[in-house]
Amino acid sequence: MRRFSRWFLDGYAALVLAYLFLPIFVTMLYSFNKPAGKFNFVWKAFSLDAWREPFQYPALVEAMKLSLRVAAISTAVATLFGTLIALALCRYKFKGSGAVGLLLVLPLTTPEVVLGSSLLSLFLGLNVPTGFATIVTAHIMFSVSYVALTVRARIRGFDWTLEEAAMDLGAAPFRVFYKVTLPIIAPGIVAASMLAFALSLDDFIITLFNAGSRITYPLYVYGARRAAFPAQINVLATAILLGSLLLLGVTVLWQHRVERANAGAAGTH
Amino acid sequence: MAGIGAASERQNRLAPYLLVSPGILWLLFFFVVPIVTLFKTSVAVPDGPWWEAYYVALSNYGGHFLRSLEYATAATLMALALGYPLAYVIAFRGGRLKNLLLGLVILPFFTTFLVRTFAWKTILGDSGPAAWLLQHLHLMQPGGRLLDTTMAVLGGLTYNFVPFMILPIYVSLEKIDRRLTEAAEDLYCSPTRAFLKVVLPLSLPGVFAGSLLTFIPATGDFINAQLLGSPNQQMIGTVIQNQFLEVRDYPLAASLSFVLMTVITLGVLAYARVLGTEDLA
Repeated sequence: MRRFSRWFLDGYAALVLAYLFLPIFVTMLYSFNKPAGKFNFVWKAFSLDAWREPFQYPALVEAMKLSLRVAAISTAVATLFGTLIALALCRYKFKGSGAVGLLLVLPLTTPEVVLGSSLLSLFLGLNVPTGFATIVTAHIMFSVSYVALTVRARIRGFDWTLEEAAMDLGAAPFRVFYKVTLPIIAPGIVAASMLAFALSLDDFIITLFNAGSRITYPLYVYGARRAAFPAQINVLATAILLGSLLLLGVTVLWQHRVERANAGAAGTH
Repeated sequence: MAGIGAASERQNRLAPYLLVSPGILWLLFFFVVPIVTLFKTSVAVPDGPWWEAYYVALSNYGGHFLRSLEYATAATLMALALGYPLAYVIAFRGGRLKNLLLGLVILPFFTTFLVRTFAWKTILGDSGPAAWLLQHLHLMQPGGRLLDTTMAVLGGLTYNFVPFMILPIYVSLEKIDRRLTEAAEDLYCSPTRAFLKVVLPLSLPGVFAGSLLTFIPATGDFINAQLLGSPNQQMIGTVIQNQFLEVRDYPLAASLSFVLMTVITLGVLAYARVLGTEDLA
């Protein structure tokens, strides 16, 4: 009886994983489809055409470039802002830290459609035309919280007296930051910035409200349901998936090394 | 020496505020102020009482609100039913495969949300694999449809947000001291009873966080309803987006958005009271 229930539980979990994986498999599979018409929704025949000509549609390429540019800028700014907040929350006891924590969580408990529409009403009220700058502004806004919370979770519990020890031993503040603080917080910052980049690249609802006439990759995909849905969309989606898996693998290996090095340093001194 | 100490102490008192200010100012300007603007827009009715837009919003679109809450509740329950056992298996029986299995759970995050939903459109389409399979198994009438149904929308919503359910539950299960369940079993507690009395209560914070992280985005989502449903399944997000970007009736659009935010905030507070969990992050 007990063995049966365990077997049942494992089987159930495997089915849920299959459910999670199914659309991704279909997305990858259909990048090899030769669609009958303009819409790549029905399987017709195996073909490598879309992989041979991934940049066949200039509008799709432009949309992808815009998304990457938005993600790069918003991630850089949000990573800086979010890390500074996390450092302040972990290192200092100060009045208002509770309010800061609350302000970080609130954007996560507000539906995207409210975030997007309220920003649009701000821009409308200020007569700011929506476009590249407003997309980046919005992306920084929702990324700051994720970065701050991720970095804080990673560096909570770190022994900050190490910094004082380094200073007591005569290290200059910049050297302390470079040699002691940075190695400790770096894995958290890298994880947070990867999360912010992925969220920015994927964001649709908030962007829809604040994009004006600019078209990011998700907005292109959304519009494609009306005009044409080429297999190149699936090729780029598959490329993003494989690229981020590669990046993730490299980062995990690197983090293991940093953590081992940190543990080693703590052990010998 | 005393002077230097006092100076550095003052510096230390100012330091946290300097560190938080860029990010916090950004959130104040582009999150808090917009919510205030949203409210101002909603009451700026050109001719009529200030609450007119709210009256129109609730009387014309009350059904959309109810449907969104209904769908989000159903999707959250389905995500819990799918996510809890998976989180449990990974946390307690994952062994060396733990990290790999967690990686599989977050894999959907690496494919664009919209592309994933279009993939469901392909799977559930009239000439897609799911309809073909069901018809050959005689589980569906000839001419029956999967796409453009409530089930398709619920399936899509559940799919898109179930990782947000799994991860917090996993985190809270992972923290449980294994010796607690061993102790319960040593005291002749049956595995089911040990689960109900020890594991389940300790995992409730994860269930709480996971439910919110699923319910909130599901309520505001309109992509799943738009791509996988028919106009009969339209959710409130579609109306808000349509009023803001197409019709441009800003007071009405803003009031709809503001009502949605208020409803969700009240719901979250009530839920927090029932489960009595204080920490979200």
